[in-house]
Amino acid sequence: MNPIQERAHSISLMVANRPGVLVRISLVFSRRGYNIDSLVVSPTLDPNFSRMNIVARGNPTILEQIIKQLEKLVDVVQAKDHTNMNVVEKELALIKVKCSPEQRTEMLQLCDHFKAVTVDMTETSMIIQITGNTDKIDAMKSLSQKFEIIEYIRTGKVIMLRGEDKT
Amino acid sequence: MNETKTKKLNGAEVTLECLKREGVEIIFGYPGGSAIPLFDALYDSNMKVVLSRHEQGATHMADGYARQTGKVGVALVTSGPGATNTFTGIYTALMDSIPIVVLTAQTTTPNLGKDAFQECDTSGMTFAAVKHSYLVKKSNDLPRVLKEAFHVARTGRPGPVLIDLPKDVLAGVCTASFSDEMDLPGYKIPTYADTSAVEQTAELLKTSKKPLLLVGHGAMISNASRQVKELAEKLNAPVTSTLLGLGVFPADHELSLGMLGMHGTVYANKAVLDCDLIFSIGSRFDDRITGKLDEFCKNAKIIHLDIDPAEQGKVLQPDVFLCGDVKLVLEQLLPMVTRLDSSDWVKTVQTWKKRYPLTYPKQGGLRMQHVIHTLCELTKGKAILNVDVGQHQMWAAQFFRANYPRQLHNSGGAGTMGFGFPSSIGASFGNTTGWPVCCIAGDGGFQMTLSELATAAIHKLPIKIFVLDNKYLGMVRQWQDMFYDKRYSSVDLVGNPDFVKLAEAYGIPGLRLKRSADAERIIQKALDYNDGPILIHCECEKEDNVFPMIPAGAPITSMITETPKTKLEKPTGST
Repeated sequence: MNPIQERAHSISLMVANRPGVLVRISLVFSRRGYNIDSLVVSPTLDPNFSRMNIVARGNPTILEQIIKQLEKLVDVVQAKDHTNMNVVEKELALIKVKCSPEQRTEMLQLCDHFKAVTVDMTETSMIIQITGNTDKIDAMKSLSQKFEIIEYIRTGKVIMLRGEDKT
Repeated sequence: MNETKTKKLNGAEVTLECLKREGVEIIFGYPGGSAIPLFDALYDSNMKVVLSRHEQGATHMADGYARQTGKVGVALVTSGPGATNTFTGIYTALMDSIPIVVLTAQTTTPNLGKDAFQECDTSGMTFAAVKHSYLVKKSNDLPRVLKEAFHVARTGRPGPVLIDLPKDVLAGVCTASFSDEMDLPGYKIPTYADTSAVEQTAELLKTSKKPLLLVGHGAMISNASRQVKELAEKLNAPVTSTLLGLGVFPADHELSLGMLGMHGTVYANKAVLDCDLIFSIGSRFDDRITGKLDEFCKNAKIIHLDIDPAEQGKVLQPDVFLCGDVKLVLEQLLPMVTRLDSSDWVKTVQTWKKRYPLTYPKQGGLRMQHVIHTLCELTKGKAILNVDVGQHQMWAAQFFRANYPRQLHNSGGAGTMGFGFPSSIGASFGNTTGWPVCCIAGDGGFQMTLSELATAAIHKLPIKIFVLDNKYLGMVRQWQDMFYDKRYSSVDLVGNPDFVKLAEAYGIPGLRLKRSADAERIIQKALDYNDGPILIHCECEKEDNVFPMIPAGAPITSMITETPKTKLEKPTGST
């Protein structure tokens, strides 16, 4: 698999806030055997609509086709690939690590470096909350492996176009 | 047109009123527990209801009615197995962009998700086979949902819309007023194409010396026969057609090349190879017509006109994509085009037409080609054909010369065996041409939906049911013959009934046709019969193959015109 061919694409959708929308959207991916890496659904200022952000990997021409087929769905108002566009992309992750009192200083230094915060602390463990782009979270996770990671969860990417225009 | 109602109507009555407001005159259906409120409302209504013998049949009937009339066909069934039985019909309509609305009853809303009797997640099951669908949770949503469903089904690229109707929603009081309000913020209907794309098209056309127009179903749906003909004549460009596009451009026109693709004419496929420009008008470059993609129109400029923006670049990257309605876009384009320098090309193509005509052997037993050819001759091409799927389907496309749109009805995209007969019932109900409706089915496909013989009989529908019986699943047998060392695996339909006796059991007269010499007399007899349906059991040559043929996935240059002496490589393309 060519890593350039298969790079992650950030897709944002504006959809009608109705039951079944998510199934219709995921079917466009799954009929090709494509996987969705991450998915964020959230309300918009207008309660009639939801915003979805999808990260998926695949051949760029096929993804282009997928976006056209998403756009074609009756409940989809807009579908756009924001890869390489001037957007703010953020994710949030929680990392639970085993951390004894002796290890705390090092862990906190690491958090400080990544502007991560601790949101839970016990004698033996710590939960770290980190926000940022995908690479930053990947780096934090990788360095946290020095401590034993008990569990780890991330939100998926949220995207917003920079400047005054709507995404 | 907001109006207040005086009498309180329940959901079923409101649904029925909405159907009437949409212009629905006929419903094809099959009742069941959850659907009783709707059938109860139909009891006092003047709506025509056709009781099928299977829900698949009802759905194909709605489809056949839609293909014949251009209106939205309606099927009404119950929940659970009633709904699951419509799936093939819904998928068939999706693949061919046919506007149907399928109303499926459902268990009550409190029972949803609890595995109640005959509960089925109908909308969940059909997401992949509909243009759009609804699960109605409130009786008051019905007027809007029905309005939207018909609008979505018939506009843009048409398609099936499913409405799942829980029994309590049907039985509950609906106080919402009938209005034209719709809530479809994401739904766009392309009309005219971008002016710049139209100008580009006109410029590109000017450079062509060997143009080819490729007419698809989109041109039929858009009722653009006149515009297509005008364009072809104005440009002096030959016209080839997809299976579903046949009839848009008259087969007898000197510029017509008939069908292209896997079982298309030699001259159409040679034109595809040699043209310097192909202009697809409402076709989606299906794999049946392109063969091996890299070789398809390799040296030609490609112009693609389609109402569905998602067709752009799906199969081929066109030089120009025109997104819009065929008729409207051709009207934009027509004033910008002039006659091309294409007379040499047209002459060449006409030489090919003379040199490689469609033929079939005259010796041996009765040939399906002969039956279809004779039918075409006797009706002077003025007949409606609802064709099933298989060898006979390809021969119908080859030997019934369609000169009018909406006269050949085929399950093209889906290739649904069992489609032909029930769809002929739908077409017969919608037929206003005065021409006979003929079902052309093989012995395999006919047996999948033959229970609708009762439906045809009780309504005394004047359908000529041709069962072209070779006692084989002929198309699969042909592949096994040509590519699999004649290893005939599960294609022998031994055990076929006597179709004449079968028809008689339903009170339908049957005719037997065994010898080519009798074809004209017996087919004429069937055409003259005017007291309801008649079945013509044609006992045909068992092992006949359809030619020309381009093996699936092969380039057009690999076209075969007669049974090869040696085994061929297994095809690389699908089916």
